[in-house]
Amino acid sequence: MNRLTPNRRQLARGIADNRTYLLVSLAALTGAGALALALNQSRQANDQHPPDDAPGRTGRRSRFGRFAVSGRTVTINRPRQDVYDAWRDMSRLPHFMENVESVTVQGDLTRWTIRGPADFDVELETRIVSDRPGEEIAWRSTENSAVETSGKVMFRDAPAGRGTEVEAVIAYVPPAGRIGQMIAKLFQAEPSIQGRRDLKRLKMLLETGEIATSRNRKTTA
Amino acid sequence: MRALTWHGKHDVRVDTVPDPEIVNPRDAIIEITSTAICGSDLHLYDGVIPGLMGGDILGHEFMGRVVETGPDSSLEKGQRVVVPFTISCGSCFFCKNHQFSACDNSNPVEKQDITENLYGHAMSGLFGYSHLTGGYPGGQAEYVRVPFSDVGPIVVPEGMEDDDVLFLSDILPTGWMAAENCDIKEGDIVAVWGCGPVGLFAIQSALLQGAGRVIAIDHYPHRLELARNLGADVIDFTRTHVLEALMEMSGGHGPDAVIDAVGMEAHGFAPDRWLDVAKQTVGVGADGGHALRQALMAVRKGGRVSIPGVYGGFLDKFPLGALMEKGVQVRSGQTHVQHYINDLLKRIEEGEIDTTFLISHRLSLEDAPLGYRNFHDNQNDWTKVVLKPGLTAPQPSEVEA
Repeated sequence: MNRLTPNRRQLARGIADNRTYLLVSLAALTGAGALALALNQSRQANDQHPPDDAPGRTGRRSRFGRFAVSGRTVTINRPRQDVYDAWRDMSRLPHFMENVESVTVQGDLTRWTIRGPADFDVELETRIVSDRPGEEIAWRSTENSAVETSGKVMFRDAPAGRGTEVEAVIAYVPPAGRIGQMIAKLFQAEPSIQGRRDLKRLKMLLETGEIATSRNRKTTA
Repeated sequence: MRALTWHGKHDVRVDTVPDPEIVNPRDAIIEITSTAICGSDLHLYDGVIPGLMGGDILGHEFMGRVVETGPDSSLEKGQRVVVPFTISCGSCFFCKNHQFSACDNSNPVEKQDITENLYGHAMSGLFGYSHLTGGYPGGQAEYVRVPFSDVGPIVVPEGMEDDDVLFLSDILPTGWMAAENCDIKEGDIVAVWGCGPVGLFAIQSALLQGAGRVIAIDHYPHRLELARNLGADVIDFTRTHVLEALMEMSGGHGPDAVIDAVGMEAHGFAPDRWLDVAKQTVGVGADGGHALRQALMAVRKGGRVSIPGVYGGFLDKFPLGALMEKGVQVRSGQTHVQHYINDLLKRIEEGEIDTTFLISHRLSLEDAPLGYRNFHDNQNDWTKVVLKPGLTAPQPSEVEA
């Protein structure tokens, strides 16, 4: 009985603990507020800075209007024309694009079936809007497309005979906004994650003739 | 087939698992004749390396006979080969520069995210060493699938014993590269922390590369004896103040180069004991980076620091001031096995290098768990364990369905 009812001293310590807790929380809140203020000020300051030479998508801002923009550059140890050719033959894209189920080509129209998050398929139709052999391929979605998107891939000679720098940039309006993008990321089907993996697979295919896997058997038994 | 699989901390078992198949065109399947337990396998055994999954096959030091080849493999059935622990494509920027352990293309894409986030760049693939480096099934098994078999494996001349050449797969080139990273000039004094297999091979290599004197630091009497047999002078850090001794033994100059062949193995081998001993000796709270910190303090001004020891994360209380103010050079990295393996095979053939002195125990594959336990618990006597799948186990095997 006696043990269950706290004595004055314990009670006092309890109050003191509570007070400490309150003080700490208050300090934390003030700190967070100050941090937010400082961040806001530094952001304003950054707006006054002149633009730098980094690609826009690496900026601290990740949204451009309604569009999410992502991109990735890899260096592939092969001549520029070879890398361009591998990309230009759109029907071969599913070889290295994991989430592309199928691609059909009709003239400069391409129909894509893409595995979205949680096995939900997305149908896209894109039109090639620019094609400069060995340099650049650009595309934009048509009104038959489930997702509004545009993208381009650029090919440049890498320095010091290292092959070709391939830069792919994709802009898209994320379905269901920011939340859709986050959920997709969870399932690893978000274009920026998928994009960097796909480019690495293309690199493997062109440099080594195969795509590395640690699977020990052809079919998972 | 039978294979040594990981199931959790201090829990490895020999299980029956599906045989490997040719998956990619450049693959080969090797029937293992000899495979060793590596000091770095003890990290996995201790469960301190993240990214292992229950049932993963361990082992990255192995050799055997080619039994199957993919259409683009350069190997032929029946050839005896030693396989480097690093998986390398041979055609990326890094492989072309002979930095094979930095290969861009051997770690499967979906596994690259982890190390890309952890280190800024994705690591290459390694056999049997967690999913950070690809999750490739290892070679402590009857068979192994070897990707890029036209780049890694080296064909062993008939007439050479397995035990003569097995360590070309990892620890011999690792010790050699550790010494090479010291940029040894004729007559240099080189200090080596750790007389495990890599430390011992580093001692041997440093002497072959022209070191005038090698000083080895450890506390296991038997390992110090092995170091002394190779021609090193030894310091037992349980008896001696290491920094003071190194200064005195180098004319107040400090060693020209130092090698940390301990790494975070300080944890892996015998964590409590090592930490206690280190604390008692040096009087500071030492963690896994103790050997490296001491090496940095010991090295002479403008000297070289070589780190073959394995580190995976972050190190605090790092004496960066000593590094900068003394103008020290640091070189490290996973071993570029394919760069060294041909030259080292020749040195073994010519009798310049012997590696067999290291082997303390030869066991059957079925006895692998016993090997792990003793290599972990009794480091003084169990210096190196080689598993031979061809040996029949002395006791009935515990077969699991």
